Amino acid sequence: MATIPHDHIELSLENSLDHCIKCNICTAACPVSAVTDLFPGPKYVGPQAQRFRKPGQPTPDESVDYCSGCRVCNEVCPTGVRVMELNTRAKAAIVEQNGVPLRTWLLGYQYLFGKLACGPLAPLANVGARNPLLRMLVERTVKIARNAPLPTFSTYSFRSWFKKRPKQQAAPTKKKQVVYFHGCSTEYYEPRVGQAAVEVLERNGFEVILAKQGCCGLPLLSNGAFKPARSHHEYNVEQLLPYAQQGIPIVGTSTSCTLTLKEEAPELLGMHETAVRLVSENTYDIFEFLRMLHQRGELNTNFKPLNRTMPYHAPCQLRAHNLGRPALDILELVPGLQLNESNAACCGLAGSYGYKAEKYQIAMDVGAGLFEFVRASGSDTAVCDSEICRWQIAHGSGLTMRHPIEILRQAYGDE
Amino acid sequence: MQTINTDVLVIGGGATGVGVLRDLALRGIRAVLVEKGDLTHGTSGRYHGLLHSGGRYVVKDPQSATECAHENEVLRRIMPHCLEDTGGLFVVTPADDESYADRFVAGCRATSVPVNEISVREALRREPLLNPRISRVFEVRDGSADSFLAAHVNAEDAVRHGAQVCTYHVVKALMREGDRITGAVCENMRTGEDVHIHTSYIVNAAGAWAGKIAELAKVKVTVVPGKGTMVAMNHRVLNTVVNRCKMPADGDIIVPIRTVAVIGTTDVHVPDPDVFGIEAWEVERMLSEGEQLVPGISRARVLRAWAGVRPLYKDQDVADDRDIPRTYKLLDHETRDGVKGMISIVGGKWTTYRMMAQEAVDAVAQKLGVQAECRTHLEPLPNIGDWGQGKPVTSGQAVRPLTSTADLPPPAYFWMGEPLAHVEAADSYGNLICECELVTRDRVVQAITTGRASNIDDIRRDTRLGMGPCQGGFCTYRAVALWNEFKRGTLPAPSQAAASGGEPEPASHSVALLRHFLQERWKGLTAITWGDQLRQARLDEIIYLDTLGLDLLPAPTPTDQNAPEMVTAHPAIATEYHAM
Repeated sequence: MATIPHDHIELSLENSLDHCIKCNICTAACPVSAVTDLFPGPKYVGPQAQRFRKPGQPTPDESVDYCSGCRVCNEVCPTGVRVMELNTRAKAAIVEQNGVPLRTWLLGYQYLFGKLACGPLAPLANVGARNPLLRMLVERTVKIARNAPLPTFSTYSFRSWFKKRPKQQAAPTKKKQVVYFHGCSTEYYEPRVGQAAVEVLERNGFEVILAKQGCCGLPLLSNGAFKPARSHHEYNVEQLLPYAQQGIPIVGTSTSCTLTLKEEAPELLGMHETAVRLVSENTYDIFEFLRMLHQRGELNTNFKPLNRTMPYHAPCQLRAHNLGRPALDILELVPGLQLNESNAACCGLAGSYGYKAEKYQIAMDVGAGLFEFVRASGSDTAVCDSEICRWQIAHGSGLTMRHPIEILRQAYGDE
Repeated sequence: MQTINTDVLVIGGGATGVGVLRDLALRGIRAVLVEKGDLTHGTSGRYHGLLHSGGRYVVKDPQSATECAHENEVLRRIMPHCLEDTGGLFVVTPADDESYADRFVAGCRATSVPVNEISVREALRREPLLNPRISRVFEVRDGSADSFLAAHVNAEDAVRHGAQVCTYHVVKALMREGDRITGAVCENMRTGEDVHIHTSYIVNAAGAWAGKIAELAKVKVTVVPGKGTMVAMNHRVLNTVVNRCKMPADGDIIVPIRTVAVIGTTDVHVPDPDVFGIEAWEVERMLSEGEQLVPGISRARVLRAWAGVRPLYKDQDVADDRDIPRTYKLLDHETRDGVKGMISIVGGKWTTYRMMAQEAVDAVAQKLGVQAECRTHLEPLPNIGDWGQGKPVTSGQAVRPLTSTADLPPPAYFWMGEPLAHVEAADSYGNLICECELVTRDRVVQAITTGRASNIDDIRRDTRLGMGPCQGGFCTYRAVALWNEFKRGTLPAPSQAAASGGEPEPASHSVALLRHFLQERWKGLTAITWGDQLRQARLDEIIYLDTLGLDLLPAPTPTDQNAPEMVTAHPAIATEYHAM
């Protein structure tokens, strides 16, 4: 309330429960409660249960753990209740009471596996990660679903590619610099996404800076492990702040990493310092950034025709940015290219949700309609901005998945 | 006409009445209680839910403070499942006279009210939304009490010990032989039938209505109905009872009770305890005073406003109703007025109900020549809810007789998350009738089939149905459907209804139940309909008027209104439903 400035932001989050008029629109839209009775729905675990929660008492509820965090509830709520945030803080209270489970540590620090396995030994690691016996053992011991789609370790890391490439020309002005936030998946699993991003940015005359960076911490954050998530965010803010202070945009290809930098970490963790805010304000999804360029008439639109029609899924983590569909806005400039939007609520995986043994089937059921949509398209390739969703859709449908930046890179052709 | 013979008739089904009934029953005295509404229909069901530490009265009303402090400890041991151990704070805000604080502390010492000064920083750590400009903070043993549940467990325990409870029985006249009251003529409001209750003794525990009962005995008892308006916030803005450290005044307390935080209260003299409304200035006063304790509170969502009437006993003239002592008074009409066979127990607080009952029953027992001593402070109350850490207690299990409250097991208080934990443990979230207050289908059915309920508002007092943010928006039609399903057998058969020229009974009876409960909920919304709660009211309106067309359905006939179970049109209580 007014007397303590930062409380205003805090209250807008937790006190948003007061805006609930019990209308059930969120429950009707929730992709998880549509497929399982184990989740009572966003109204129940969100604003309703919040009236029974109090710091210092034992956490009264566990069903909130079945919230996948996909934010469809926030998207549809007509009165502005921050349901996902209420749920995540409730999960954090459970973690605070019971400690961080081993599985959350493993999911939260999966980038350490990336660090170890990415490189020349990747093929070996990939065989291991796909060994049914090993996966069954892992499922039995730490409850990570044996069939959940693990990404493929890359034989080279994105940063090693970036370092080895011929030196690019430095930008003439700071205005033509961008910091690229690649995230863990581009670094260890899909360096091709980062390569495409760097090349697209360079085709638009930008010097791409590769700042030091760590995991955004979202896998920890969304599982309620707030303490380690906070140190991850503090590290990234420290690394990115000097650029933000100079007004150099921070651009990312992972919609979940950029959402974390922009909003999730500051709001959920109650980090409202100026540094955090500056980094947040200077962070962009790559297509959001390209669309801004286009709006200013600065986008290189010298596209070659791509005569293709492909399905496109706007991930929930992108929709939470409240940007519309920036990838579609840009890719529709490419002659001959047509992307058909899935309009599906969620692929089901929702970060780390679908990796949990008890939630794997729920995640697959949530995604079923989407899988069917992409299969029915007849295309061999589908497009999606978020890596986790790409892995899940590939797993559920068998299609090859691409980040829209890879498609845009193709449209620029070879020089 | 029905006739009942008993030893003691208790008039009034509020906290004091059921307390008296239980005390009588535990002493083995035959007793009957009559109440013209449902249990806690009057003041007990309309207060803010404070379990007094005594702190509020240490300066102004020391005797009341000592009584509260004593009973606070007793109630914590006998009914922890009805209480939440919130703790209480007295805070000195910039608007308050700083010199009062020292008088407050001295008063606490003099009245044996435990008090402990804590730092402002510590208070803000516990309650971050508290006004950071407070200068001193005192910790006391305030708590909050579920007065509905408390009355029910008292009544239930009394019934288990042989007492009888007659709700919706209004006293029409007192029977008299010479200078002795010998019984009461009551009307069973459900059937219209007269009930003659012959008794050796009457305990008038009618609270704010005690003066009206006394009139029937032609004695004068001046009970000043002091209306207090309260405002409930949509969620627990605070988890500790917070009082202004000053002489008691309007809007100087916020009580966290169950899912809400209640700002209380005003104190307005009203001529008739049955006729009062909530005035706009009262709501404004609550919110503006609330701002002193929690800055910004007036911008938060208000759930509801309501009012109750304090039963202030006035035996001398005072300038202001607030100056009437909060202590209780036992009036023996034999010595006072020369009328035998009746005593009145008047005034007091919810917190002191048991002590009042004990004193009243001591007097009655002496008159009846009964030697048995009071045991209400030694026998824990049963847990009749389907939740509660408090283990069900069956009396008489103790190996040796208990002699003091210290012999009782440590208190297992109600805790805020308990209803949610219960629903989670039973996986009953798919079976919620009232989602806001987590009332399951089983509990509603139980209240319909085994309780004393006559309408949905009575179900509310049994279960908290409809008391949450949507104020009946989503549970009323569900509850009425269950009522229809489980009560159909007791309704007049359609042929009978047709013979009397009416519409088929069940449908229009359902309309009557719906309209009654929605009207009852609406009554508490009219004074606070803005912001989120206005939006809610609009949605509820869309559900009931636009979608269900409740206003277009055939109007319930007077027969429906007076349909056996519903009662609400009876003149004895009808004014309440048609107040401003």
